[in-house]
Amino acid sequence: MNAQAPALQDPRLNRPEPFAPPLGDGGFFQRDRSIHPPAHAPGYKSSVLRSPRQALLSIENSVSEITGPVFGHNDLGPLDNDLIRNYAKDGDPVGERIIVHGRVLDETGRGVPNTLVEFWQANAGGRYRHKKDTYLAPIDPNFGGCGRALTDDTGYYYFRTVKPGPYPWRNFVNSWRPAHIHFSVFGSGFAQRLITQMYFEGDPLIPVCPILTTIPDKDALDRLVAPLDLNASTPFDSLAYRFDIVLRGQRSTYFENRTAGN
Amino acid sequence: MPQPLNYLKETASQTAGPYVHIGLIPAMAGFDIFDKNFSNALVTPDTRGERITLEGKVLDGSGSPLRDVLLEIWQANAAGRYNHPADRSAGALDEEFRGWGRGGSDFDSGLVTFETIKPGAVTDKAGRKCAPHVNVWIVARGINIGLNTRLYFSDEEAANAADPVLNLVEPPVRRKTLIATRSERAGKVVYAFTIHLQGPDETVFFDV
Repeated sequence: MNAQAPALQDPRLNRPEPFAPPLGDGGFFQRDRSIHPPAHAPGYKSSVLRSPRQALLSIENSVSEITGPVFGHNDLGPLDNDLIRNYAKDGDPVGERIIVHGRVLDETGRGVPNTLVEFWQANAGGRYRHKKDTYLAPIDPNFGGCGRALTDDTGYYYFRTVKPGPYPWRNFVNSWRPAHIHFSVFGSGFAQRLITQMYFEGDPLIPVCPILTTIPDKDALDRLVAPLDLNASTPFDSLAYRFDIVLRGQRSTYFENRTAGN
Repeated sequence: MPQPLNYLKETASQTAGPYVHIGLIPAMAGFDIFDKNFSNALVTPDTRGERITLEGKVLDGSGSPLRDVLLEIWQANAAGRYNHPADRSAGALDEEFRGWGRGGSDFDSGLVTFETIKPGAVTDKAGRKCAPHVNVWIVARGINIGLNTRLYFSDEEAANAADPVLNLVEPPVRRKTLIATRSERAGKVVYAFTIHLQGPDETVFFDV
C-alpha cells in the first residue's frame, strides 16, 4: 500500500515560490466529492437510513462559511496531547506506546496554523471508554482515549498514545474495524470542518473494512493510512506514525468586480 | 504535458462513529478527563443579546430520532458579526461570545439543545443583509461526511423572504425545512427544529 505518499512529500519542493496565490478571504476551493465517501453507501449499513437523498444545494461561500471558531492555548490543558498520562490513575496504560505526528495543510500546501485537532480511540484491546460500548475486551483503568492539540505556526501537531486495537462491530456478522484513531479538525472557516479516521500501515483489516471502503478513490483511501515513521520514534520508548491532514484551500480575490446595477 | 499544478487533495471524510462523544464531549461518554470542556452553552452572563434555546431532533429515514448524533453550531453575535478576523463588517465584536458550540443528542429522547443568543443579520459580500441564521454541522454513525444546513427564525418573515440563500432553495416549499419555530416556555424563548435526513420533508443540506 502506498501509504500517504502524496502527502508525505513537502509539496512546496516541486514548484517555484510563491506558488499559491496570496492568502485571501475568498471562498474555499470547491469540495471534490469524488474522493469522499457518498452519503449512501449500502455496504456500511448504518448509512442507508441516515443519508440525504435530495441533491445538496451548492451555495457560494459567504462570511458564514469562511469564518469559523477560533481556539487558543487557553482552551487546552497541559496533558491534553498525552493520552498515556491524561487519564493515568496508578500507572501507564497497557499497549504499544506510539507518537502520532504530522501537519494540517490546506490544498495549496500551506500549513494551517493554530487550529484545533481532536482525537479519540479505543484502548489497546479495542474497547472504548464509552457507556454504550459493551465489547468484552476490558476497559483500561489508566486510559481515557481522547486528547487534543493546537497546531503550531507551521501547522504541525503531535501527541502520544498507545496503539488502539481492532474490534468487532455489527455490520456483517464478522465485521472488524482495523485499528484506527478518529480525528476532528477545524481549519480557519466552518466550511473546512472535517472528521476522519487514521489507520496504520500494514493492517490486514484495511481492505475489508466496510467503513474504509466507502471511499471510492483508492489514493484517497491510501492517504488515510499513516506510515511508520522510524525517524520520529523515541529509542527504547515509543514508535511513531506520521499523519498529515489536508483541508480545503482558499481562493483570493484579485479584482473587486461589481455586477451591473450594484 | 503542461506544468503540474501540484495542489494537494483534501483528506477524505470518515464517519464520526457511535463513540464520537469520547473525543468531543467526554462527559456524555461517561467520564471526566479535560480541565476545560466545550459545550452546548454559547453564552456567559455578560454576552449581549436575546437569550434563546435551540431545541430539536435529527430524524432518520424511518422517522426515528438519532440518539447518537452530534451537532455543532456557528453563528454571528447579536450585532451580526462573526468572531473571526475574516468578518470585517461594522458590527461590534462581543468578547463574551465565541459563537460556536457543540451538543450531543440525549441517548433516550434524541433531543439536542443549545443555549445561545439570537444572532443579528450578517452582511454578505454584495453588502446585502442576510436573514439571521445559525450554521449547523451534523455528524454521527452512518453519516459519512458531515452535513451542513442552517436554521432561520420563524419570527423573521420579512428578512427570510429576502434572504439570498433561502431564495436559492427550489422548490420553495422546501424552504420551511430550514426554519425554527419560536415559542415561549416558562419565560424562556425556545426555537424548535426538526432535521429530516430523508423523506418528503427532507431538510435542505448545503454543499458549502
